[in-house]
Amino acid sequence: MTSPHFPQQQGLYDPALEKDSCGVGFVVNIKGGKSHDIIEQGLHILMSLAHRGATGADAQVGDGAGILMQMPHGFFSQAAAAEGFDLPAPGAYGVGMIFLPADEAKRERAEALINETVAQEGQRVLGWRTVPVVNDMLGEAARVGQPYIRQVFVAAPQGTGAADAAAFERKLYVIRRLVEKGAAEAGLAELAIPSFSAQTVVYKGMLTAKQLEEFYPDLHAPTMETAIALVHARYSTNTFPSWPLAHPYRMLAHNGEINTLRGNINWMTAREKNLQSRLFGADLPKLFPLINPKGSDSAIFDQVLEFLVQTGRSLPHAMMMMVPEAWDNNPHMDEDLKAFYQYHATLMEPWDGPAALAFSDGTVVGATLDRNGLRPGRIVVTKDDRVIMASEAGVLPVKPENVRLKMRLKPGHMFVVDVSQGRIISDEMLKQSMAAMHPYRDWVEQNTIHLRDLHEPPGVQQPDHDTVLQRQQVFGYTKEDIKFILSPMARNGEEPIGSMGFDQPIAVLSNKPKLLFNYFKQNFAQVTNPAIDSTREDLVMSLTTFVGREGDLLDEVPRNAHVLHLPHPILTNYNLERLRHVGQGDFQAKTLPMLFKAASGPEAMEQALDDLNRRADEAVRQGYSLIILTDRGVDRDTAAIPSLLAVGSVHHHLIRQGTRNNVGLIVETGEAREVHHFALLMGYGATAVNPYLAFETLVDEETELKTSAEDEVPKPIQNYMKALGKGLLKVFSKMGISTLQSYHGAQIFEALGLNREVIDRFFSGTHSRLGGVGLRELCEEVLRRHRYAYPEGDRGNPFLDVGGQYQFRRDGEYHAINPQTVHHLQVAVRENSQEAYDRFVAAADRVDKDIGNLRGLFEFKAREAIPLEEVEPAENIVRRFCTGAMSLGSISREAHETLAIAMNRLGGKSNTGEGGEDPVRFTPDANGDSRNSYIKQVASGRFGVNSLYLVNARELQIKISQGAKPGEGGQLPGHKVDEYIGSIRFTTPGVGLISPPPHHDIYSIEDLKQLIFDLKNANPEAEVSVKLVSETGVGTVAAGVAKGKADAVLISGMEGGTGASPLSSIQHAGTPWELGLAETQQTLVLNNLRGRIRVQTDGQLKTGRDVVIATLLGAEEYGFSTIPLIALGCIMMRVCHLNTCPVGIATQDPRLRKKFGGAPEHVTRYFHFIAEDVRCTMAQLGFRTIDEMVGRVDVLDTRRAISHWKAYGLDLTPILHRPDVPDTVHTHKVEAQDHALDKVLDRKLIELAQPALENRQPVYHELPIVNANLTTGTMLGSRLTRRYGAEGLPDNTIHFKFTGSAGQSFGAFVPRGITLTLAGDANDYIGKGLCGGRLIVFPPEGSAFPPEENIVVGNVALYGATAGEAFFNGLAGERFAVRNSGAHAVVEGVGDHGCEYMTGGRVVVLGPTGRNFAAGMSGGVAYVLDEHDRFPSRCNQQMVELEPMEAEDVELVYGLISKHVQYTGSPLGKRVLDRWEGLVDKFVRIMPVDYKRVLLLRKGEQREIA
Amino acid sequence: MGKVTGFLEFSRSKPLRRSVEERLKDFREFDLPWPEALLAEQGARCMDCGVPTCHGEGGCPLGNLIPDWNDLVYKGDWDRAIEELHRTNNFPDVTGRVCPAPCEDACILGINDLPVNIKAIEKAIIDRAFKEHWVRPRPARQQTWKRVAVVGSGPAGLAGAQQLVRMGHQVTVFEKSNRLGGLLTYGIPDFKLEPDIVERRVQQMRDEGVVFYTSTEAGKDVPARELRNSFDAVLLAGGAEHARFLADDVEGRDLKGIHLAMEYLTQQNRRNLGDPIPAESALLATDKRVVILGGGDTGADCLGTAHRQRAFSVHQFEILPKPAKVKIGTSHEEGGERRWSVLTKGFTGVDGQVTELHGVEVEWLPPAENGGRPAMREVPGTEFTQPVDLVLLAMGFLGPKRPGLLTDLGVEFHERGAVKRDERYMTTVPGVFVAGDVTRGASLVVWAIWEGREAARNIHAYLMGGTD
Repeated sequence: MTSPHFPQQQGLYDPALEKDSCGVGFVVNIKGGKSHDIIEQGLHILMSLAHRGATGADAQVGDGAGILMQMPHGFFSQAAAAEGFDLPAPGAYGVGMIFLPADEAKRERAEALINETVAQEGQRVLGWRTVPVVNDMLGEAARVGQPYIRQVFVAAPQGTGAADAAAFERKLYVIRRLVEKGAAEAGLAELAIPSFSAQTVVYKGMLTAKQLEEFYPDLHAPTMETAIALVHARYSTNTFPSWPLAHPYRMLAHNGEINTLRGNINWMTAREKNLQSRLFGADLPKLFPLINPKGSDSAIFDQVLEFLVQTGRSLPHAMMMMVPEAWDNNPHMDEDLKAFYQYHATLMEPWDGPAALAFSDGTVVGATLDRNGLRPGRIVVTKDDRVIMASEAGVLPVKPENVRLKMRLKPGHMFVVDVSQGRIISDEMLKQSMAAMHPYRDWVEQNTIHLRDLHEPPGVQQPDHDTVLQRQQVFGYTKEDIKFILSPMARNGEEPIGSMGFDQPIAVLSNKPKLLFNYFKQNFAQVTNPAIDSTREDLVMSLTTFVGREGDLLDEVPRNAHVLHLPHPILTNYNLERLRHVGQGDFQAKTLPMLFKAASGPEAMEQALDDLNRRADEAVRQGYSLIILTDRGVDRDTAAIPSLLAVGSVHHHLIRQGTRNNVGLIVETGEAREVHHFALLMGYGATAVNPYLAFETLVDEETELKTSAEDEVPKPIQNYMKALGKGLLKVFSKMGISTLQSYHGAQIFEALGLNREVIDRFFSGTHSRLGGVGLRELCEEVLRRHRYAYPEGDRGNPFLDVGGQYQFRRDGEYHAINPQTVHHLQVAVRENSQEAYDRFVAAADRVDKDIGNLRGLFEFKAREAIPLEEVEPAENIVRRFCTGAMSLGSISREAHETLAIAMNRLGGKSNTGEGGEDPVRFTPDANGDSRNSYIKQVASGRFGVNSLYLVNARELQIKISQGAKPGEGGQLPGHKVDEYIGSIRFTTPGVGLISPPPHHDIYSIEDLKQLIFDLKNANPEAEVSVKLVSETGVGTVAAGVAKGKADAVLISGMEGGTGASPLSSIQHAGTPWELGLAETQQTLVLNNLRGRIRVQTDGQLKTGRDVVIATLLGAEEYGFSTIPLIALGCIMMRVCHLNTCPVGIATQDPRLRKKFGGAPEHVTRYFHFIAEDVRCTMAQLGFRTIDEMVGRVDVLDTRRAISHWKAYGLDLTPILHRPDVPDTVHTHKVEAQDHALDKVLDRKLIELAQPALENRQPVYHELPIVNANLTTGTMLGSRLTRRYGAEGLPDNTIHFKFTGSAGQSFGAFVPRGITLTLAGDANDYIGKGLCGGRLIVFPPEGSAFPPEENIVVGNVALYGATAGEAFFNGLAGERFAVRNSGAHAVVEGVGDHGCEYMTGGRVVVLGPTGRNFAAGMSGGVAYVLDEHDRFPSRCNQQMVELEPMEAEDVELVYGLISKHVQYTGSPLGKRVLDRWEGLVDKFVRIMPVDYKRVLLLRKGEQREIA
Repeated sequence: MGKVTGFLEFSRSKPLRRSVEERLKDFREFDLPWPEALLAEQGARCMDCGVPTCHGEGGCPLGNLIPDWNDLVYKGDWDRAIEELHRTNNFPDVTGRVCPAPCEDACILGINDLPVNIKAIEKAIIDRAFKEHWVRPRPARQQTWKRVAVVGSGPAGLAGAQQLVRMGHQVTVFEKSNRLGGLLTYGIPDFKLEPDIVERRVQQMRDEGVVFYTSTEAGKDVPARELRNSFDAVLLAGGAEHARFLADDVEGRDLKGIHLAMEYLTQQNRRNLGDPIPAESALLATDKRVVILGGGDTGADCLGTAHRQRAFSVHQFEILPKPAKVKIGTSHEEGGERRWSVLTKGFTGVDGQVTELHGVEVEWLPPAENGGRPAMREVPGTEFTQPVDLVLLAMGFLGPKRPGLLTDLGVEFHERGAVKRDERYMTTVPGVFVAGDVTRGASLVVWAIWEGREAARNIHAYLMGGTD
């Protein structure tokens, strides 16, 4: 980071991991008329977005706010005059907004540097002006970091004038880059330049939205005039002063996150050496390095965007290159535009991630959304020629009669205003003109090579059956690889699913030789960016890549398109040979071996790696455009370099050489076989992979799958490749990445157990925080496999290794849950035997044996012991114990309720999981037991989440991710959804449930804050916690969560269990909790946020020792899942996903549920054992209470790793780091969050509704509303539910009518009896969790626009609604009624992904729909009025059938539309009713296939009963 | 994998055996082959556990990959099943017949149902393999030219020898009896394990290069020093032949008609094999009242043998209390009376020939009342007399016979009699390894095979200087 005020990297905290997100907006006078009003309006927008920004530990310290405007010439002329110098004409001078060091001496040096540089570059400094500031209201941290702010005025040399504005702008750009570089060299880290331009100026700072205008009195000067004001309020995860990281940047304000940043940086860096610019000529090198890698993702994006613009592309053009919309699978896109995107795809990979980007160069101002539309953007065009764009509607009041148009940014769309032309350029017009700039289509068609066009190769590699076994051994194949990975993929074409958690040692602790792949863990999106739904929203996903020499980034010429198009990154042997023998134009391939002489050991491998790099250089010099790395040729004497090592080596070497973009890298390897392997190879630079040995294995193993004559590729291989493709997309999507092109080289992994040297040489830029093995050990692992395959003499080993990774095998990998531990534990809890518990502990902790996990490396330091009696009682400690979120559905009713009873008896906390809860459990049992789960989970599926569920919770847990499958949604196979489970989840029995990977109301940290607020309103008495999974950066996310006002955060380890998850996720995603927990503690303490948030951890906690270590690392609460299940009889079958659990736990099969033998005592006994165990250790360590023990890493020691052949290289000190902070900074939770619930509008509503709440008397009131009124109606609803339970009140008992723009989550969780009418418009998440109430929205009186063409409600309306009605007189945004499971709604048009995941309810759409309607819809019915037969191509028909309406539908739909007209006065509705006879056939009924089956079945049953 | 709901669809099949009446007529094997379809169903019952206790601690000592071959049998993939079975077990043909199947006791399905028929499946796999001639010699392709002597040809010695010869070593087995197989040939009655079973394995090993010397007693015919000098390593696998006899204070223990079980069993096996048994030393239960002391497997073998010899009556006494779950072996199906908690006080006889056994019932005290060790107390008034003509002592074994080879080699012993070894299976004498009952005390055949394999692995490492 550029700010000197960030703490240094320490322990596990790394400032580079800070994230931000925010609110963004602009207001512009289309005609270009400048006025001061525009600034005032911009500031107003900012204020209205204030709730999207954040404050840290100190409410007076904002995360950042700023404004970008056109050059206010009038103001600056006066200001300059006041300083004693004159300004030339507008455009002939530039203004630098400079953040200078506060220290005077340094400041002088900085100013001198600027003066000199300006002069050096042949320009002249006209003068300096100190910007007046008022900082009284700033909080301490902001004031500490406050720079000295001055403006420098620069003009071209006298006489040259402003002939070429662009050339002058470029010069200013060069000067700025030189100053920035010079400052870095001179140690002037504080020097920052928010803007340096003749067109625009930026005022910003580490301020709250409100503080911005107070801080800069300039902004109030009436002479400060502009036609464009672009504003931004920042929500950062950190709390450190960072003035420069406030937005806007030079051209950009960004709400979002760039997920592929690492790769983008690498690729850009590699490009630099090849770049040439007509425009810059010799000045070009002065700009390099282009990227300051310490900047935030937005800052880096801005740096590249600016470069592309300065080198000659228009701002929209550059934006389209960097953030292309989803084009290659889009049948609706114009071919020329497609060609435009394809052409540019060969020049630059997409910068992928959720983004609403607002941009301006002073002439055009615009905004665009990423391809997924994962950020909101609402636009109002007024009759007085203004455009107002912002993250929310209602940010600037506009009289209804002044509104010309209300619209929203759609996924991938761009909206531009050109003030010089005085007009709005729509997405369609803009892109048409872009596509027409050059004959891109011809260029692409004539130059791009396709696999199918390549010549027949002279020969194709055939399987060699005789050596398959030996080669499998060389590459470490186990029996399990075939049984669990390859065969299932070949048979089903899907990634294999497994269950329960990860209880093996991580690679660096394993005694077995592990593949290098196993040292890497996949990263995944968490809160600050959403995972993508690669299954349901696959239209944005793409596996297409281009390989070959990259074109000239700065020149638009046809030959740039001369690359090879690859539709799929897995190459068959045949296609590989075609590539090997390609000879089109200058397109040629060179094959290089990844082999070394086994007998010569590590030195030989290292030498071979060097040779490989050298030969790659040679190939590049000789003009080859493809390099194929191969490990064919392994034999007794020749061993294979781990393919990932070779790829990383060549990739990074060529990047360093600046030649990486000249060649494509293809890997031919026997090693890669599972999805994770391929993801790694591609993530570190391979474009395509040929897994020849996996193919050969499949040919040998899967002889039963018949291949038909037309199949070019044998069936098993076809299926395998299909499964790999799906799996890869899933891995990308976990990180929020949509395309292989942007995943390629993006290094979305962290290493666990690799030393610095390995990282720096081969995987540069990858996090590896604990050190670990080096080349020598990696080579030893290769050689151990090699020796197994080729033992002494010439005898081979007749068997594959047993593996033992997925199932316990005696000679296989160590498992913490093994026959011994299971047995002892079950005896202990059944017989209440301390002796058996002790044996369990001895077996589980294994402190004297092999090391199973990171905490196994810790020892307690010898300390003065205290008597056991002085330690707080076990009764206190067990209150801190929680059972994990295991849903009813994933486990049986018996098991679920037994856990709840046990935890309630203890005073601990059980957790519903994401499957809802049967309301009968909210009432205690006759014997005093309670089956009500203390914690109720709110996960992305929102199953059964309604007001009643929420008010019955004592803690509400937002599950962002889960240890076993972070970045993915929960899944419940269809055979586990019986009638009971389906009824509680409001879903269709028999239909499998896959929860969306993201919460559709959390695409950003500010969204999370919103959901926390929603839940607080829905149950003000409950605490809200957020569940995260350990990965690098989780501490930063936790800090953001703390700032979002969560009461608790749970850091789950990767070890956590699951009822069903892809095996590759269980094995390869996330990190152990020790790392994530320690990072969280360190980051929260550094940010002074720890005192207001409780920290919990989980992930295979088993013993008292585990609990003590968790406490010392920073946890004060502990989650357990696997072990309580084992206490109840689980024997780790690992078949939860198959519904065949033989002990009645993870099954819904009534035959098996009868076998459940668990009892609450089993669980309570276990927890008592643990609590006593903890107390003994506390006494030994001299701690009287848990609280005083939290975070005391100083009592831990790490000496145990030293003797292990791999682990000896580990350095655990980062985990044991204790931030040096004053005593006033708390290290465990001591204070409550301020949720600001007393200020909500609902307080007033509740007051007004007293007659209804007390006496069921109807009430009606009218009130104004603004977008800052968040979550309106929710607290009122919770009062009603508390009082009247599931029944609610009679319809319409409470009726409020609002006028204005409602804030987010309007009407969330509103129960029956409440009607909310809104004359105006609403933002995102309207009616989320609606559970019986009615919502009515229509344009305000006086509006002149036709409602059906204008947006009236935002994105993700009615998410997870379970009952109730909604009538929206206008258009809605994306994902309308996602996961609706019961509400009835009428709307006049929806965006993409309408009715996604719907499982119940009825939705009537009277107008257009976006793409991908009904994806994943398994229940409920939708009706779309499709007058122009456009609907079918926009509907995802995988799970639904399109049919005409039947008689009962006609009645229902007519009734709903009638109500719609009655409530909203919809003109469209009226027209439809008027023409009903003519239109009734134009309605399409969207009917889920499974739902229909169940409906028919039920009808049949009723008939039988009748 | 396999059939995930198999255990819900099929129940455990009862064993298929010749009728009692039928099998008492001869000494042939009592088990009948199972139809393939039934085996497939039984294999399908395997749940393919995540933590398969059948082959972990408490389950199969050999670590047989039971779920793997259960599945292969379900799928009808018999040739791969035998591969998997042979991976961990040299002689499934033996264990499939005589093993008490701790795997089935440990089977997870047994928690709330009946366990998988693992043993029957094992036997079926190997029987099928022999029938199909899939079991072939697998000689080493290259010789190490290291010489290893194996003393004893019981299951430990044979397993060790086979492993060693396959690793390329020159293996010589010394057996003091006239036939190979040790306990397998002489100690286990033919109705459980026919001699051909052992013989075909011996033939396989000969083909693999093992050299066998029978009627050659190491320590006597081949002196200890010669063993040490002529071989690079020695594997002692002579078993725990020293059987427990009646305590000194048992009156009348020297009367005629009181014999060790092993003496009795061995003689019948020799008789079956056609060895001439002199009439004066013939030991037959025919028409006699037989009492077997000892309720274990050896006792049960005596029971079955006595019935086949047409004894007049057979009683089996065990000193320990009746267990909660009484295991009914095949021999118990065939008749006889079992009693528990019986202490033999003495014998009386006529003309030096035993005629009566004097016993008393005992009660066992809970461990806590006696400082942790269980103890018994005679129950007054329960004294009884049992008429008897033949007493067979099956009361366990005390360890190897020491004088001779073991003392000559100078190996050290544990207090309880077995030869001491380290974790590498080496005795206190360098280069002298040990496996099976000789070091472990009398135990199961599976354990003997496991120890033979492990000792072989360690001998290999010792000889080759590596750890792999």
